[in-house]
Amino acid sequence: MPYTYNTPAQQKEMLEAIGATSIDELFDSIPDNMKLGRALQIPSALGELELTSHMQELARQNSDITHNTCFLGAGSYDHFVPAVVDALASRGEFYTSYTPYQPEVSQGNLQVMFEYQTLICQLTGMDVSNASLYDGGSAAVEAMLMAINITRRNSRVVVLESVHPEYRQIISTYFATIGTEVVTVADSSQLPNVLDENTAAVLIQSPNFFGNIEDVAAIADQVHESGALLVCSVDPISLGLLKRPGDSGVDIVVAEGQSLGTPLLYGGPYLGIMACREEFVRRLPGRIAGQTVDQDGNRCWVLTLQTREQHIRREKATSNICTNQGLFALRAAIYLSVMGPQGMRDVADLCLQKAHYAQQQLTHLDRFETVSDLPFFKEFVIRDKQNDVAGLLEKAEDFNILAGVALGRWYPELEDCLLIAVTEKRTVHEIDQLVEVLGS
Amino acid sequence: MNAEELLYCDTHEWVFVSEQDGQKIATVGISAFAVEQLTDLVYMELPAVGAAVTAGEEFGEVESVKAVSPLFSPVSGTVTEVNEGLPDNLDVLNTDPYEAGWIMKVNVSEELPESLLDHATYQRQCGEAS
Repeated sequence: MPYTYNTPAQQKEMLEAIGATSIDELFDSIPDNMKLGRALQIPSALGELELTSHMQELARQNSDITHNTCFLGAGSYDHFVPAVVDALASRGEFYTSYTPYQPEVSQGNLQVMFEYQTLICQLTGMDVSNASLYDGGSAAVEAMLMAINITRRNSRVVVLESVHPEYRQIISTYFATIGTEVVTVADSSQLPNVLDENTAAVLIQSPNFFGNIEDVAAIADQVHESGALLVCSVDPISLGLLKRPGDSGVDIVVAEGQSLGTPLLYGGPYLGIMACREEFVRRLPGRIAGQTVDQDGNRCWVLTLQTREQHIRREKATSNICTNQGLFALRAAIYLSVMGPQGMRDVADLCLQKAHYAQQQLTHLDRFETVSDLPFFKEFVIRDKQNDVAGLLEKAEDFNILAGVALGRWYPELEDCLLIAVTEKRTVHEIDQLVEVLGS
Repeated sequence: MNAEELLYCDTHEWVFVSEQDGQKIATVGISAFAVEQLTDLVYMELPAVGAAVTAGEEFGEVESVKAVSPLFSPVSGTVTEVNEGLPDNLDVLNTDPYEAGWIMKVNVSEELPESLLDHATYQRQCGEAS
């Protein structure tokens, strides 16, 4: 990081240039009663040596996955990130560039967006992808808003309870202010009771929050019969094995893209994936890069369908999110192109096999039982018959194992349940150790 | 349709009202001036047949390479018919905005707004605007 200095002489010169006498004068427009009126109560500045030690001391208090074996999931996953992702994404041309305000000058950035969109379309089986949104949760809410726009039905949306609880919370927050009712149902068998001619969309997640795979095609038929759209949140890694949402009748696909080449990063920033069928492209929020030719006939890229974006259409814009996660979209594009179709299948297969091995070993123990017979991918729920999930997690931590996520936090009726994710990174030895520690 | 016999909104839609089986049916489109100002048209969104429209309020939108513009209804009533083929053949608006380029037909439920302009007044306004 560059050190940008600012000497008293330079400050004086700058103040003179703009005709101000002091820096405080620049803040004159803030009423006095809103100013703090005293010095900040923070320790005095440290020297570089002391500061470095201090920061290292603070960093040592972090618990991370290089010193622990991670079975945590619930939306963020410990997948392997090949070195080439960092090597390419950390190039200055990508790493330091801010969103291009004159986009066509930044052909490299636009090409990355275009390649990313192409890969997402191939992965999801959808026709069009945008150049990404903030994260999986904000992509889910944008998809629901988009469905309201498309169907011109604004009185109701339906969400399955097996969708990530935090995504559901984001939707509730948005929809409380726009006056659309958010109906939450336990599972897809209840959809006939709540779908009506005013329902804009149904949001499902597959594999869902508990790791189970939904019957997406059957749900799609049901939803379409009522004239609503089906929005499906997916795990992009699962698409190495599972049927693509575009082939199951999904109208808008959203996903948390962190699994594609981005580390856990203590929860963010992540990557919001969003793709839809072509007929909805004009309602798709965010930026879209398109391929064309310049005046000499050479291949080049442009931002397309910009007329609906907020810098042109203001309050009538498709969405007021016009930022994308360019750097993480780049990482996803590198990851997907390095893995290729076979690599994606291999990773998904490893996750599936290892997760099923872990689930079998754990449920052989007397203490644990399954809660569902539904098929699962890389994540599953076990019930602790002794109802001491907190004790189990604490015990595992003593062995440097992050054993799973306690479900009671979001689902009180599942307070004796643990959500365990197993990625391709986990070894048989690590899984056996988890089983041994939890069973002891 | 003869452009001089139509009524216009200051938002550049035209309307022609005729009597059919005792019903007042309004045919609605956009003016040649609007088409020229919008430049290259790329997309149009039509209202649904059966939808209620209100004079002065949006009923659809037209998109050019420059901007997306709302279409405002000159009359209040129910949409009885839309020009389904138009969005796929927007060029028609350049050559024949007052006949083949019609957008929707509305079964008029209220008196026409007094704010509608005759051809001469509308032309004068366009002359001042350009």
